Amino acid sequence: MIQNLVDGFLVGSILSLGAIGLTMAMHMLRFANFSHAELLSIGAYVALVFDGLFSAIYPALAGAIAPLSLTWALSLSILISMAITGISAILIDRLVFKRVRAKGGELSMVFASFGVAMILRNILGLIFGLDPKLYSQDIVFAIVVSRDPFLLVKPDQVFTLIAALLIMFILHLVLSRTTFGYSLRAVAENPTLAQVSGINLSRMIVLIWLIGGGLAAAAGVFYGLTNQINPVLGRDLVLPIFAATIVGGIGSIYGAVLGGFLVGLASNLALVILPSGYSPAVPFLIILAVLLIRPHGLFGEERA
Amino acid sequence: MTPALVAKDVVAGYVPDLPILKGVSLSAQSAKVTVIIGPNGAGKSTLIKAIAGLVPVAEGSVALNGQDITNPRPDQMGSAGVAYVPQSDNIFRSLTIRQNLDLVLRNAGKEAADRRDALFAQFPALADKQTEKAGALSGGQRQFLAVAMALAINPSVILMDEPSAGLSPKAAQEVLEYAKSLTAQGVTILLVEQNVKQALRLADHCFILADGQNQVDGAAQDLLNDPVVGQIYLGGKRVSAA
Repeated sequence: MIQNLVDGFLVGSILSLGAIGLTMAMHMLRFANFSHAELLSIGAYVALVFDGLFSAIYPALAGAIAPLSLTWALSLSILISMAITGISAILIDRLVFKRVRAKGGELSMVFASFGVAMILRNILGLIFGLDPKLYSQDIVFAIVVSRDPFLLVKPDQVFTLIAALLIMFILHLVLSRTTFGYSLRAVAENPTLAQVSGINLSRMIVLIWLIGGGLAAAAGVFYGLTNQINPVLGRDLVLPIFAATIVGGIGSIYGAVLGGFLVGLASNLALVILPSGYSPAVPFLIILAVLLIRPHGLFGEERA
Repeated sequence: MTPALVAKDVVAGYVPDLPILKGVSLSAQSAKVTVIIGPNGAGKSTLIKAIAGLVPVAEGSVALNGQDITNPRPDQMGSAGVAYVPQSDNIFRSLTIRQNLDLVLRNAGKEAADRRDALFAQFPALADKQTEKAGALSGGQRQFLAVAMALAINPSVILMDEPSAGLSPKAAQEVLEYAKSLTAQGVTILLVEQNVKQALRLADHCFILADGQNQVDGAAQDLLNDPVVGQIYLGGKRVSAA
């Protein structure tokens, strides 16, 4: 039970990071972006490439930061991956979504996003192969935190949770203390009013992709660090991330964080009573339950 | 009298080839209240949105103090001195009152804090609640916050879309009277109103639209006492200007 709780928190923190970008882009651009989770895959693979590069050029960086399996090279790669994935998100918008937005409706955007997701997934498969990859071949043993109740935690998991919470805290400071943060929230809540309040919407769209892509990259690397990396990582996470977004209320950044933890916890706690095969259904049950009580999600409000 | 804002033969609509405004003209005199009234679907809100750059103008022109501002970028209207207060959803509910003001004052640099304090001095009811979420405000207070946000950019013209909609008669009166009081500071007010009689009593000039076209315009007092206008647009009964 406690093990499931801890695992749930960990998965939840990864889902939250992914859901923040999705909720912002989804509300502002008014379409369900099914390719968002592919940004996690891009992030995970970009970090893998740079990790390899740095380790080859500066072998000193290849050493693990004990007790983690995380290396200095990978830590550096996470930051680079966040930037590159953010830029990729902007490029995808320029190449595909912006053009569809100009001509088509919301449904066209949704279908375009399915297409983008498939293309990205297969490009990653073509380049890196379909076999799962790991950031580190070193075996890091889990630490037995307690025997009764039995609780195992890997140092990497602790790092991931702390890093994810730290990123969310920094985002919280930006959102709650800076006028740039207010602008982001304003655009997420009501793009038209934001515009008449003097906010340049096209510039904000670029920034939202950049931030959303960056957070997705961090989520992708954290997922890879605690599981493994494969080209279907995005496909596996797209539904839980959507669930987190919908449960939290589309457009609410704090809702996305809470939704991520809720979905992560519920999916893992469900394992206590349900066979593991049913676990993927749990996010949907949560969506149903929340939407029955609050049709706009926990923090969501009716569309402006 | 110089008009601050002039719209000439404006054809505009949300969908191309389906104009809601079919050649509307209007002028708002400087430091006066000009009101646009008309039945539902007349195109009143569309006109004000077309001026604000939110609905594309297909034909015709809009000019501010003689300068053409047809189809402006909505985010640049503020720096041109035009503020727009939408009818509903005109404040950011998830931000606090103070954050709403800081947002619109974000480019004011060092002056921002002083201007925010000045606005709070003008709206003491908002000052008392500045750390509360704007979504928790009452309808009337929301409208005042929206007006305060508009005033934050020191506009020369304020476009208001049904500022009294959804408010109690008392709150509606307060909002309209406040709008009127701004003209003493030289601000030009152009507003759309459903609350016809109340608006006409306050306004200086009035334009009546129907079916996307100009019908009648004139001094507000004259229209208020005009039996024909009263019959057609003011609900059939003559109302006294008192």
